[in-house]
Formats: sequence, C-alpha cells, structure tokens
Amino acid sequence: MSNPSHNGTDEVRIGFYICHCGHNIGAVVDCPAVAEYTSKLPGVVVSRDYKYMCSDPGQELIQQDIHDHKLNRIVVASCSPLLHEHTFRTATERGGLNPFYFQMVNIREHDSWVHTDLIEATAKARALAHAAIRRVRFHKPLETTRVPIHPDVLVVGGGISGIHAALTLGNAGKKVFLVEREPSIGGHMAKFDKTFPTLDCAACILTPKMSAVRSHENVTLWTYSEVVKVEGYVGNYKVTVQRKPRYVIEDLCVGCQECIKSCVYKEPKFSDEFNVGLSKRKPIYIPFPQAVPQVVLIDPERCLQVKTGKCKKTCLEACADRQAIDFNQKEELIEVKVGTIIVATGFKLFDAKRIPQYGYGLYPNVVTSLELERLVTSSGPTAGDIILRDGSKPKTAGFILCVGSRDLKTNRWCSRTCCMHSMKLAQLFKEHTDADVTIFYMDIRAPGKGCEEFYDKSLREGIRFIRGRVAEVTDWALAPEEEGKLVIRVEDTLAGFVRRIPVDMIVLAVGMEPQVDAQEVRRLFNMSCGTEGWFLEKHPKLAPVSTFTDGVFIAGCCQGPKDIPDSIAQAGAAAAEAMALIDRGYIEQEPNTAYIVEEECSGCKSCVVLCPYTAISFDDAKQKAIINEALCKGCGTCVASCPSGSIKQHLFEDEQIFSEIEGVLAYD
Amino acid sequence: MRHLGIELTELDDWNCCGATAYMSVDEQEACILAARNLAIAEKTGPQDLLTPCSACYLVLNKTKHNVEDFPKIREGVQRALKAANLSYSGKTAVRHPLDVLFHDVGIEAIKRKVVRPLKGLKVAPYYGCQVVRPYATFDEAWNPTTMDGILAALGAEIVHYPLKTKCCGASLTGTVPEAGLRMSYILLKEAVRRGADVISTICPLCQFNLDAYHDQIMKRWEPARIATVYFTQLMGLAFGLEPKQLGLHRNFVPMKRLPELEKSEIRF
Repeated sequence: MSNPSHNGTDEVRIGFYICHCGHNIGAVVDCPAVAEYTSKLPGVVVSRDYKYMCSDPGQELIQQDIHDHKLNRIVVASCSPLLHEHTFRTATERGGLNPFYFQMVNIREHDSWVHTDLIEATAKARALAHAAIRRVRFHKPLETTRVPIHPDVLVVGGGISGIHAALTLGNAGKKVFLVEREPSIGGHMAKFDKTFPTLDCAACILTPKMSAVRSHENVTLWTYSEVVKVEGYVGNYKVTVQRKPRYVIEDLCVGCQECIKSCVYKEPKFSDEFNVGLSKRKPIYIPFPQAVPQVVLIDPERCLQVKTGKCKKTCLEACADRQAIDFNQKEELIEVKVGTIIVATGFKLFDAKRIPQYGYGLYPNVVTSLELERLVTSSGPTAGDIILRDGSKPKTAGFILCVGSRDLKTNRWCSRTCCMHSMKLAQLFKEHTDADVTIFYMDIRAPGKGCEEFYDKSLREGIRFIRGRVAEVTDWALAPEEEGKLVIRVEDTLAGFVRRIPVDMIVLAVGMEPQVDAQEVRRLFNMSCGTEGWFLEKHPKLAPVSTFTDGVFIAGCCQGPKDIPDSIAQAGAAAAEAMALIDRGYIEQEPNTAYIVEEECSGCKSCVVLCPYTAISFDDAKQKAIINEALCKGCGTCVASCPSGSIKQHLFEDEQIFSEIEGVLAYD
Repeated sequence: MRHLGIELTELDDWNCCGATAYMSVDEQEACILAARNLAIAEKTGPQDLLTPCSACYLVLNKTKHNVEDFPKIREGVQRALKAANLSYSGKTAVRHPLDVLFHDVGIEAIKRKVVRPLKGLKVAPYYGCQVVRPYATFDEAWNPTTMDGILAALGAEIVHYPLKTKCCGASLTGTVPEAGLRMSYILLKEAVRRGADVISTICPLCQFNLDAYHDQIMKRWEPARIATVYFTQLMGLAFGLEPKQLGLHRNFVPMKRLPELEKSEIRF
C-alpha cells in the first residue's frame, strides 16, 4: 500500500472532527452545521461530528480515517487542550502520523460554556475551526525530549499536612527537605486539646509524628526558615531557603532550658504566641513543651543583649560549656536542588475584630475558639481550667458559629470545621465547668464520618442549639438577670421571635482564611489562586492536589478549609503524585521551545536578560545568543522581543500564527 | 458653620423629603418628592446639598441611588420633574454636617477654634441608625467614630456607648408609643448608667425623642433624666458661643451645669 510521507511537503489532507461532548457543546453549538461548513474548506478531506470524540470509538475514528483517507493533518474541536490534547495527539500517533500534525480547537470552555445564543456560538465555532484548519497546514513533525527528574522533594509547611507528606515520602526512601516558618513544627493541630469526633488527644497522635519526622534519616528539617527563591522547572528546581537566626546553635542545644530559668527577666513578660496571647514568655523561650525541635530561641525584639548589647548574659552562664547561645548568629541562605515541591502552608484564623458587633477585643469574656482551645488544654495557660478574666468559673456560655464564614460582608465560604469544632469545645466546656452551653448556628454541617453521631451526642448531653445568626453581643441589660452579663441578641428562626440570652462567656467560632502572604507564596511557586485566595488545584475533581505548575503540589488548608483527616488524605495524595513523577525518572518536555536562526542573530543580547527561565546564554566567540532547550518553557518572550526576528518557536511559527489569525478574521 | 467659614445657602422653595414613612408607602412617589429637592439643588449651583437630619439624609441618598440604579424609577422621576420644568442629572452630593465637619473642615481646624474646652463633660456619642445604614458612606456602619473624634477635639470625655447606632424609636414614639418609647428609654437609661452627662446626637428627631418624652418614660419605667443635644450645640459651647444663641435653653431636660463651664460665666 502506498503511503505518502506525511512531512507536509505533499498534498495536505486534513481530517476535521467536532465533538458534541453530550449536551456540553451540542446544546449550544450546531455541530453538524460546523462539520458541513468545514467540509468545504480547502484541504479538508474528512469532516465529521461525533457525540464523544474522547471515547475509544471516537479515537478509533481518527485512526481509521488516517488509514482510509490518507489523512496527514488532524483537527479536533472539543474541550480545553488541558484535558484532551494528549488523548488526541496519541490517537494521531497511533494512526501513523507525527503527533504534532494535530491541532485542537477549544469550543467548550471558550464557546459553548460561555455563550447562550445558538447562532452566535455556532458562528464562533466555525471561526475557530477555520483558524485551526488554516494553521495545521503549516505544522511540522516534532519530537518530544526527555529530561531526568531530581529525586529529592521540598515540603513547605510543617503542620500536620506537611509532616504527613514528608513522612510518607521519607518512608518510601525519598530524600525530603521540610521547611517550617515557625520555630517548631506542629502547626495549628499542636494547639488543639482533643480532636473531633473521636475526642482523642491531639498531642498524643501528633507528637509521635513530629518526633518521627525530626529523626527520620531521609528528612532534613529546617524550622524557623522560609523559602525565598524558587528557580527551574519540574524535575529540576533550585530552591533557596532562608534560615532565620535563633541566636542558639541548633546542634549544640539539648533543650535543658536552664537558660530560660536564668534569664535576667525573672518573670515571663511578653505575649506568648503559642497560647495566642493568653500567657507570657521570656525573651529566651521554647515555643511549647512538646516543640520539635527541642531547641530554645531568642526573640531579638525582646532580648536585651541582642537589642541593646547591654545585659548580664546570665543565660550564657547557665548554658556553660555547651556554648549553644550565639548572640552574633546571622541569617543563613541554603540552596538545594529538588525535583518536586509540596506546598502545605495552611491557613490563618479570621480576625474577630472585623465584626465589631460581636464585641471581641471590647468585652474581655468574648474569646475565639482557638483561645478556648488553649484554655481547655491541660498544657495551656490555665492548666485546663476554663475561667473568666476575673478568675471565676463561667456558669453559662454561648458559642456563635460562622464568624467570618458564610457571610457576604466578610468571607462567603463555609470554613467546614467550625460546627464540629464548636460542638467538641461545647462538650469539653460542659465537662470542665458543668455550665449551661448554647450554640447559635445557621445550619449544623456535620457530614464527615462519625460527625452526625457526634452532633447527636452533643444534643443528648444537653447542649442547647438555637438557630439564627447572632445580631449582636452587648452589655446593656433590660432585665435583672441580664445585669453584669453579656447579652446575645438573636432572631430564633425556629421559634420565630427575637431573643436576648444572657451568658458569662462567649466563644466565637472564627473561620479559616488564606494566609496573609498567600499571594507572595503563590508567586514564589508560580501557582494560581481562586478568587477567595486559596491555592488553586489543577482540577477540582480529577487533580485535587496538582497545580498548574508541573511538579508543584498542594495539600491541606492552603487549598481550602478542611479538617485533619482530609488534610492527611491530601498530604498522602500529594506525596504519591510526587513519587509518581520521581519513580518514572524523567519528564517529557513539550517541543514548543524557541530556537535561534543563527545566521540572522545580530548578537544584541536583548533576549538574554528577558528570559524568565535563564535559558538563553551568549556565545562570546560567535557573538550569538544560544537557547538551552532543556530550560526553555516556550513562553515566547524572546521570540516577540527579538529586533531582527531571528528567534522562532516550534508550534508557534509566524506562518502558523498568522494563518490562524487570518482564519478567525476571514471565515464566512 | 459660619464660625468655621462655611457658607450655607437655603434651598429656594424646598419641600419635605417625605421621610421614611412615605418611602414605605410608595417608593416611586416618595422618590419624586425627594428628587424635587435634588433638582432644585442642582439648579442652584454646583455645591453639595447639606442636610442636618438623618432621615432627610437617608431619603435623599436613597432617592439618588434609586434614580441611578433603577431605570423605571429614573423615568418616573424625570417625567414628574419635567412637568415642573426641573431636571436632575445625579450630580448633587447629599452630605451630612458630621461628614463635612469631620472630612472637609477636619479635626485640627476644629481644635483651633476651641476657646472653652469641655473639660470634665462626659458625653455619650449617639449616631442613630439612619446615617450609617444602609449607606455607610463616611463612617463605619457598626462602630462609627467620626463624632467621637470631634467631641474629643472639643475636650469632652467620651463615654463607651455600644448603643450608638441603635434606633431611638423614630416616629413610633407617636404611632406605637409602647414600642417607640421603650427604645428611647433603653438609650437614656444606658447613657445614665454609663455615667454620661449628656447625649450628643446627629439627628433632630433622635434629639427630640430622647428629650421630649421623659414624663411618659418615667411613668412607664423609671426616671432616666439626661439631656440630649445636637452635636453642633456642643461645638458652639466649646467655640465660646452663648448658650442662648445655641438654643440650649429650649431643651426640655436642661444640660447639667458644669463647674468648669460655670467658671467661664456661661449660664444655660
């Protein structure tokens, strides 16, 4: 059988296929009409519409047509190339053609999903199809290249998600660098007393993991450190980590804490971050008893020696021979090479002061859920006693849910954990104080495993539930029983009237928010954010821990609010995704790289500085620019900027782009 | 205002804004009534329209918004104005004196005019509901503080008054006194309980409600005697104007005599 060489020099024979994607495209675009239109265009030999092009029969249709009609170009009009470009390139290859003789047209995301008018949407589909058909004529056969992947992994964030991801990878024999911004790992979970719905002790299940990750032979742990620079691309990232000075040499400190006892500040004086300001610490301190690493640190803003250089330095004497304290410690920059990155940078709590009508910061006995968490904990500032600011025990308490969640004025999303978290705290509150506890809710959301049962347990234990968004917390009394109390004003939407409920203590179930510096972190790792500021997954269902940057994965609450089990599940998934890349050993690179037509290059060097991937260098001997194809990501910056037009790009050649533009403009 | 170098021109042939009552009966007609004032203001010149009453402030602003946002209301308003040889383009800004004094005049300029600081006078700053809701244009909706700033500049002591944006009862004091008077009573008794000497308002109706019904409140609940004044009256006092000139003698509940003020030979 004679089969012409499909290298573009012979007659161009195009196969065009338009996909209905069920009703996704078919309901808005008249697919048969588009196929009818394209069938008359020059070069088109086959033109078909089909229900699901991505299905096996759809792909086989392409292969069969290549064989039967001697096609040498394929165009498919369907969904986003992100979803199925690979599918159809493979089908083209199976039919015996170079996969880059294929061109995809997005008439779903770019057309049927964003338009409602059938006639206009069909016209747009015709225009886009025409453009692709004109373009594909100039396609050339290209080869993908393989780049080896570096087997080490960077995990950013030492909360429960980051710890779990690092341990999973470490146990699989991968080398991991775990970077945590705070002086200890543990994240928010380390501050919790018990976890819902099982009421098992948070510390008991977290601290073994913390020590395991610290002592793991495959994990390098850097606390009090931040990633400041990320260069390179999937498989070959170069990461710069900044280690902030602790003023204590980590390898020499044994955590005996003699220095803390001997500090010239006899009493702790400064707000303790770990106890959210409910207790005090000294300028030299250890964040909390189970901190990992068990290494003290010095707060440079508070330490007299660091700040003024004038102190008796009693801590030095206490440390004696170990000489672990170093007032002259400077920040340190470390560079590491990794192939993949897992970002697990967590969340921040909503600032309750943003809703002034709830009186946080105004009335001392209005506290946040995290503050109560610290009060309930036996290792907390009150050793587990729930007390009012005057030291007395509360007899009544009210929990206000959805503070900074499900609210058009602050955050629209549901923070997912606060219903369960509040019910857990309410049960502990009753256990510790025997107080009357009322939860003010809009809807109770308890969908997790064992969670509805936990809600039921709360009801049976006598916790009262009043349905309604609380209007305000105030201290003005109308009735004698309200004197000296905090009064919750709420519309009870089940009873159908406005109520005033006096209580001693109010707990605000503050929601979750993206970290303050989420945007900077996003830029650092070249990720995307949704409108709310959470890091965006590549696909909400099918790629929940991948990002739009290959080799960068996300896990835990930086992707959106979630509880501990979901965070762990994502961390495990992210670790598995990273391993899938590492164990394959190589990355297949798109051949859409830029190249230089050497004889036309004038050696002006303007492209060298513009390249965001440092892929262009300059050959001094030849006085010409050189592009390293392994580093080129095909962004096109150099192509557009070259004054002599001597840089070109595969798959984006001038004649390809101009024919495409002409196709859109000239269709009829 | 004159004292601070601001010239005011009375609107020629102005009419009642219709207050909130008319708005709840017929929004279209109410907007036409209020828009007549906006149209006259626009004809008068390029100045802002100043209204010392919170209800007028709300109704005029609501009319402005409705005309901008709802084509149907806009058409109705334009048709009616045309019949009276008037037109309204939406340019005129509706301002409250508190807004102008705080943002245009400024705290520093006010401070400079103070000749008789209100030292020792404990003031409960009461904003009422209509200036901050629903259009919190110049201050925070839940915790407004502009008047606090002005009063502090006069040397007064600000009493913590979390009821600062609660409703005074408005016209309910006349129509449903059980409900309306109760609201005024709560405001008064809480001001007394928190140690205030005087309540400072930014709305004449709030001022009236809190000042005029003490007899009835005493009969129903308990005495809660405290004077209520419009905030510019306190400014006038601090600027050294005569109490009589400020109309302070017209209060039902007179302002508490203050030794510091007595020393300066001011009689209420």
